[in-house]
Amino acid sequence: MLTMTPNILRNLVNPAATRRYPKTVRPPFENNRGVLTNDMAICTLCGTCAVKCPSQCIQVDKKTATWCYDPFACVLCGVCVEHCPTGSLRQGREYPRPVLVKAPVVLQGSIKKKSD
Amino acid sequence: MAQTIIPFGPQHPVLPEPLHLKLTVEDEVIAEAVPAFGYVHRGLERLVRIRDFQQMVLVVERICGICSIIHGMCYCQGMEELMGLDVPPRARFLRVIWSELHRIQSHLLWLGLFADSFGFESLFMEFWKIREKILDTHEATTGNRIIVSVNVIGGVRKDLDSAQRQAMLDMLGEVEEAVRRLEDTVLSDYTVCKRTVGKGVLTAQQAKDLGLVGPVLRACGVARDTRLLGYAAFNELDFEPLVEEGGDCHARCKVRFREIFQSIDLIRQASSRIPEGELAVKVRGKPDGEVVSRVEQPRGEVFYYLKANGTKNLDRLRVRTPTFANIPALIVMLPGMALSDVPVVLLSIDPCVSCTER
Repeated sequence: MLTMTPNILRNLVNPAATRRYPKTVRPPFENNRGVLTNDMAICTLCGTCAVKCPSQCIQVDKKTATWCYDPFACVLCGVCVEHCPTGSLRQGREYPRPVLVKAPVVLQGSIKKKSD
Repeated sequence: MAQTIIPFGPQHPVLPEPLHLKLTVEDEVIAEAVPAFGYVHRGLERLVRIRDFQQMVLVVERICGICSIIHGMCYCQGMEELMGLDVPPRARFLRVIWSELHRIQSHLLWLGLFADSFGFESLFMEFWKIREKILDTHEATTGNRIIVSVNVIGGVRKDLDSAQRQAMLDMLGEVEEAVRRLEDTVLSDYTVCKRTVGKGVLTAQQAKDLGLVGPVLRACGVARDTRLLGYAAFNELDFEPLVEEGGDCHARCKVRFREIFQSIDLIRQASSRIPEGELAVKVRGKPDGEVVSRVEQPRGEVFYYLKANGTKNLDRLRVRTPTFANIPALIVMLPGMALSDVPVVLLSIDPCVSCTER
């Protein structure tokens, strides 16, 4: 009948299994798939990320040189980062923070001429 | 006594899954149970017409949160067979390691929910506390807690170096010790036995006739496990399906409890025998033809039918999930039981409704 008693006693003595979030925050793991960032200085607007994305959260417009990303449609799979030919897309360790307004991220690049 | 129909679910305090049962009750005894489907239908199979065959790996992983990697693995194996790809040995071993890790966390989740179904809250917390260790390992090695997304057609996306494998083995040692401490409580505690022994009994013949799969079938004494097909690297590992006699809720609990140790053993074997080599082969061309792929999920055998037409979009994807195969057991088990035993019997088949309705 009292088979759980040793466990209960152990739990009374041991420190808590939970953390007092947000006071204590565990640092993210090294390989975490977190927020997506794009370095527009390197980005060539090739559009590979938009084609590969399974949730279709990236739109690339070559005419206006904009890179548009909807962080709330993104599933943080990291496929775009793997396929980015220039390495401009990077995924941080931190998970996306909660926000009050859901707005897409629009980044302006420069239109590359053929001679460049 | 007149009959009353009690709707059980789709939202019920005992069950996080939106399973809907219409229970015809006489006094407090079930006369008939009729399951109803479609509450959380998402139309994921239809997405094959919109997403290309490589993007679909990430879609099928989202069919079910608890066995996401195994869904992805089943789909990838089907596509690899269709396209004639030879998966590198290291990738096959890595798939075994991650899928068995997933099986452990699924069984720990189930054991917790099962304890909760008969009101054993502290046991529920204990199991979920242990499960956190597995989820942390998922996060550290793949980058996410549940939807690990490590499969691609042709191999895997991530590698496990020797330090990560050692950390995983250390963690498994702790998990094994912690689960062992709860063995007496789960398998022989008076309260647990009172609520589970002799409830929802199925004979081996009934189980075979109903076409049951997974731990529900193995708890009836039938040694059937899809892992015996030797997919991924299971043909190179020593393992035998775990079988229990009795066919009641307690036997199902025992099978799942013992399978945790079996999975730990499989990961240890895979980790010691993992060969060096590349992680994935390159996919060339478009798939054509049709194929059937089967793997063993924590809940039983999952079945994928894939039909391709030589373009980047598949023609048809059909998934038969283990819960769909196990729900007929409820129609047989529930009549004659007290209404208070319904949550226990219902949870003993480990229903995953988001899988079933997709």
